[in-house]
Amino acid sequence: MTNLSPPPTVNSLAKGLTSLSLGIGVLMALFIIAKTSSAPMAFHGYIMILAFALGIFAVIKFGNPDNGRIAAEKSPAGVFYNDGVIKAGAIAAVFWGVIGFLVGDIIAWQLAFPALNFDLEWTNFGRLRPLHTSAVVFAFGGNVLIATSFYVVQRTSKARLAGEIAPWFVFWGYQLFIVLAATGYVLGITQGKEYAEPEWYVDIWLTIVWVAYLLVFLITLRRRQEPHIFVANWFYLAFIATVAVLHLVNNMSIPISFVEPKSYSLFAGVQGALTQWWYGHNAVGFFLTAGFLGIMYYFVPKRAERPIYSYRLSIIHFWSLIFLYIWAGPHHLHYTALPDWAQTLGMTFSIILWMPSWGGMINGLMTLSGAWDKLRTDPVLKMMVVSLAFYGMSTFEGPLMSIKAVNGLSHYTDWTVGHVHSGALGWVAYISFGALYCLFPWLWKRKGLYSLKLVNMHFWISTIGIVLYICSMWVSGIMEGLMWRSYDALGFLEYSFVETVAAKFIPNIIRAVGGLMFVIGSLIMAYNLWRTVRGEGDAVPETSETPEISETAPKTVPAE
Amino acid sequence: MSLEKKPKKKMSFSHAIFEKNPIILLVGILITVSIGGLVEIAPLFYLENTIEKVKGMRPYTPLELAGRNVYIREGCYNCHSQMIRSTRDEVERYGHYSLAAESMYDHPFQWGSKRTGPDLARVGNKYSDEWHREHMNDPRAVVPESIMPGYPFLAKADLDFNLISYDLKANQMVGVPYSEAQITYAIEDLKAQLDEDSDDYDAFMERYPTAQVRDFDGNPNKISELDALIAYMQMLGTLVDFSIYNAKENNR
Repeated sequence: MTNLSPPPTVNSLAKGLTSLSLGIGVLMALFIIAKTSSAPMAFHGYIMILAFALGIFAVIKFGNPDNGRIAAEKSPAGVFYNDGVIKAGAIAAVFWGVIGFLVGDIIAWQLAFPALNFDLEWTNFGRLRPLHTSAVVFAFGGNVLIATSFYVVQRTSKARLAGEIAPWFVFWGYQLFIVLAATGYVLGITQGKEYAEPEWYVDIWLTIVWVAYLLVFLITLRRRQEPHIFVANWFYLAFIATVAVLHLVNNMSIPISFVEPKSYSLFAGVQGALTQWWYGHNAVGFFLTAGFLGIMYYFVPKRAERPIYSYRLSIIHFWSLIFLYIWAGPHHLHYTALPDWAQTLGMTFSIILWMPSWGGMINGLMTLSGAWDKLRTDPVLKMMVVSLAFYGMSTFEGPLMSIKAVNGLSHYTDWTVGHVHSGALGWVAYISFGALYCLFPWLWKRKGLYSLKLVNMHFWISTIGIVLYICSMWVSGIMEGLMWRSYDALGFLEYSFVETVAAKFIPNIIRAVGGLMFVIGSLIMAYNLWRTVRGEGDAVPETSETPEISETAPKTVPAE
Repeated sequence: MSLEKKPKKKMSFSHAIFEKNPIILLVGILITVSIGGLVEIAPLFYLENTIEKVKGMRPYTPLELAGRNVYIREGCYNCHSQMIRSTRDEVERYGHYSLAAESMYDHPFQWGSKRTGPDLARVGNKYSDEWHREHMNDPRAVVPESIMPGYPFLAKADLDFNLISYDLKANQMVGVPYSEAQITYAIEDLKAQLDEDSDDYDAFMERYPTAQVRDFDGNPNKISELDALIAYMQMLGTLVDFSIYNAKENNR
């Protein structure tokens, strides 16, 4: 066994080729800076040069004896796990999470008090809203997924991550994507497609990074010393592969020039709309669901110290979920110029999708069979269980809202915003927080977190925040939906549009307060994790003889 | 180990193939996720009745296209839809429900998903240029309860149109029927739409017969981003001639 995993070394050919590629990147960026007429594009050129130059420097230094990047301790199973890149991903997730939540709360206050837009181009709602969505979905969620997937695939395969430079390229390349996308929005570079705002050159960069991610993941799976690929990895693989397909198809466009940021999408009008919502809904389905279900299938059983409830259910859950999700996109386009047959098909599959969603929730919740008492003592597990409850709630609400008659009321209103946030805050963020609270002590080899009391505080502050958020959005969304279609006794529309805007003032404030509580909760988490890394409070450093708690995959046999 | 294997063999003798080979698992995933998209999206590109037959649709003028790019850049789609649904209240509030044909030259579409502000699909010619200027400069000066951000910088910013012919060319490449003349004279056309007395007026009107020509931002000495944005907004939803539109024939 030990021969299968020798201590890691760095291939000097790989070092040379990577430096060369990054060098070519520097030249291309120089060319763009010299030729472009767009100041923001030139600014992006400078960012790229800086990033690529730092990359070359890091690659040349890579593997030096004084460089900790490939240093690894042999685990009790005899594998030199690559934990450095996971630590970086976990820290980045906390960092981008706090920023993303904060920007979200700022734009929530803007909706109550428009003076907060400051009448400037860089601070108006239209530019900051994509910054918020990309920061939380791609920067926070993406880093959580990269970190946890790299952790899970190594532990459940008993193999070190494939490549030495490649995982770091994935991590830093992804951060560069985030910085280019975010600064682009603020400076006015956008494709104008929701959740796919980055322009063509940023999309190409993400494609390169994503292919590297897929290869690292696949090759690590091939090197596994376990006979079966663990269930969490199916979900991670589905997430990585499908997001690649969605990204490539939806972002196909023709730039006006190779040195200008502006491009025109290959698709127009109705075809563009359905392609976009095929992408948009499956960004939810595969980025925000399949990937995070991968987290659930590893971290919930691990934390509860129970096997996954049903192996059979996980197989059905997996294939039915990924098959059905893809069809659901047209429910974003009910009663529009999309042909009726496509709307009906989208609605039908959205309703069917309720079943695998709840199958997954049940599989996660029932994993706690025989361990429910732990909820009394472990606020981290409590967070993960509540995330599954929110998952169940929003995957019931989603099919409900996809019914044409309901959607007629809910579409274009705040109800949709509330629905998204019950899923995003309640499910995605909570399962992520749970995973981060597990990962930090495991990675930095601490016996526990700095303070479980602070975890409990985080849990309650942000849970009350979520409840305020989604309740206020139910009220304002259903209210404005009803006001828009309200008729007076004479058969005229009862309300002007702006009356419905004014009526949302109080719910808008309650929503912003709820969001603020969520931000405060995330700051408490950041503080707690920081103290954990420093080994303070209950985060006592583990001695070398303590067995590693997170060594093996959770058992997959059904519970009794 | 023995506990692990027994139930598996019984229930899914074939599933092990996915669990033991990452490449087969990957191929299985790709096939599974391709079906829905292919069945729903692909037909939209070849079913002839997807886009209604209408009279009046034309590509955007260079000025309108530049204005549309300002609209996209500022993220207006985050709060404004351009898609009137086929329900009684929407048709009464905003006008005839939107047709697929009306966004057939929109790369990308701007249907939107949220109405924090009202739908804009037929905002064209609903308000005066003066109203739009005031509203962009300070929304609450004309609508006290509005929560829209102010855009005073648009009137001050010079419109960057040096590369506008590249924009038309890229649109032509993705399928918008711009003629070679429209691409060649894009800059002249952009300027001509702002000035009824210009020498290029007749040629412009020939290339874009239904275009509205005037100085939109109220400042004849400057070609501003506000000029372009108002030109775009004033044509939104005005192209299709609904007096001869046959709804029954286009039912799908």
